[in-house]
Amino acid sequence: MNTHSQFYQQTKIPSTFSRWWRHYQENKLALLALVIFTLIALVAIFASLLASYDPAVQFTDFIHVPPSWYELGESRFILGTDYIGRDIFSRLVFGAQLTLSLASAVVLLSGTIGMFLGVVSSFANYWIDSLIMRFMDFILAVPSLLLAVVIVAVIGPGLPNAIYAVALVLIPHFVLITRTAIKHEKNKEYVTAMLLDGASKSRLFIQSILPNILPPVIVQITLAFSTAILEIAALGFLGLGAQPPHPEWGTILSESHHYIMFAPWTVTIPGLAIFFTLLSINLVGDGLRDAMDNEKK
Amino acid sequence: MLLIVVRQIINFASSFFVLSLFTFGIAHLFPEGIDFIFSHNSQSKLLLGTLPINGIENSNIVSVYFQYIGEIIQGNLGQSSVRGTSIFSEFWIYFPATLELSIVALLFAVSIGIPLGILAARLKNKWQDKLIISTTLVGYSMPIFWWAMLLVMLFSLWLGITPVASRIGFEFDILPVTGFMLIDTLLSTQEYSTEAFYSALHHLVLPAIVLGTIPLAVITRSTRSAMISALSGDYILSARARGISKTQEVWKHALRNALIPIITVLGLQVSVLITGSLITETIFSWPGAGKWLLEAVYRRDFPVIHGGILAIASFVIVTHLLLDIVMMFVDPKLRRNA
Repeated sequence: MNTHSQFYQQTKIPSTFSRWWRHYQENKLALLALVIFTLIALVAIFASLLASYDPAVQFTDFIHVPPSWYELGESRFILGTDYIGRDIFSRLVFGAQLTLSLASAVVLLSGTIGMFLGVVSSFANYWIDSLIMRFMDFILAVPSLLLAVVIVAVIGPGLPNAIYAVALVLIPHFVLITRTAIKHEKNKEYVTAMLLDGASKSRLFIQSILPNILPPVIVQITLAFSTAILEIAALGFLGLGAQPPHPEWGTILSESHHYIMFAPWTVTIPGLAIFFTLLSINLVGDGLRDAMDNEKK
Repeated sequence: MLLIVVRQIINFASSFFVLSLFTFGIAHLFPEGIDFIFSHNSQSKLLLGTLPINGIENSNIVSVYFQYIGEIIQGNLGQSSVRGTSIFSEFWIYFPATLELSIVALLFAVSIGIPLGILAARLKNKWQDKLIISTTLVGYSMPIFWWAMLLVMLFSLWLGITPVASRIGFEFDILPVTGFMLIDTLLSTQEYSTEAFYSALHHLVLPAIVLGTIPLAVITRSTRSAMISALSGDYILSARARGISKTQEVWKHALRNALIPIITVLGLQVSVLITGSLITETIFSWPGAGKWLLEAVYRRDFPVIHGGILAIASFVIVTHLLLDIVMMFVDPKLRRNA
């Protein structure tokens, strides 16, 4: 809105994002979840400042020290130590960094490819569209973790391969969401008007359709982020993702679950970290969906 | 009607075609190549001391693909490179255990999830509804490997009321007939068959709860939203105007319409259950297809990996096809649109 029109029109029309934000704020639980998630993200970013020790360093005199609030606990090790005397708190903090950056890489990769394919399949001709959709149907038909496990089994365990596998599993959801949203928008009158004005396909897409398909895509990104964390942790737990020296949360759990009887805190505390991260992301996703749905009404 | 079934079958065939291309491609990435499928043909040549025949080099890839499909349709998936046993028969030993666990988990999820979802829909926006919805979100965010360990800690290690591993107590010797432990123990003629049945049930409880948690959360949420949209329909308003009771309104009129989206969601749970069974079976040492496949991954037993994914993915595809056909019969709207 330029200054000229504001001269006549005193009421300020809030931008789409500020309207979303206003709806979002009304949901207190989602707001709390956003705060928690921001804190987790900050912990991940400043991991090296927050951690008390290097995540790999072993204190061989302090094996299986319980968390500091127990009688046998040590104040040096806030959340205790694991089976070879590594500080659990430092491992979790660095694990947050590793897990969140891996999940971001997965979402970035699958989101870019998925949205690109979705746009291509909704603008291309029938054959390309059905070729892409058949392939996506196939990926959806194979249970996600199973597909990831098989891919990792063939190309070998390890971090980069786990990222490729999980990203491949997440692509179809992006394709479907983008394609459905575009098909839905394409039938609307503003698109017809744009076409009558002689807009090219690229102009039509970037200028008028793209802003309107953002809400479902944003919700899908948060969903994919939580799925990515869960799948990477599951692969780590099965020994096919991050390998043991890495402080990845699933890997930490798989290392410590043998000691579940003697040192239950080495299982409960890393699990809580995964759980709260997933819960906060899912709550943020729910809140975003509600805020954007409200907008439509 | 016939046309729709035909179209469904074409859909199914194309899904299976892409699946076979995928497994065919993945088999080429294995260190020993795709020969394991054809090995029974070249057995005699191997015995004579010649090198294994590499079918891919001598003939073109399309004809190899058709031979491959021919072998698969005959149920030949090759032999396990570790044990030398037929993969197809191994699959039928392990898969019923997975199926039994998944069915019980799904029953658990449905029998709690649908009533909870209906309750939440009836009490929409009241505190009970909010409680149910937040609980489902908690269940949905639960990493099931951690959830399994928490339950093991609570019920097995501290309270000592559930076993931690395998399908049945080791003292029972049950002849596998169907592969479903609950049915086999009942069919068994041993004098301890009743005790064996309870033992099998006892072993099933904890894994089924773990595996059923995420489906439970999803089913509760989708039942709630389906019921809310069904209850706001005009036909409910007119039924209410005719003076039907609240029970009839919910159970007879609204639920029957809400069931269609719920069945769709149930179909999607097949994938979720298989994914979950990989983890659940590992934690509870459940001798099912998931554990069998993961062990093959750890041992780099490529023929088993190939056969396992092919068989499990085919199972999922067939289940989806059957569900789609069932939906056609249940939902008249789908028949008209097609």
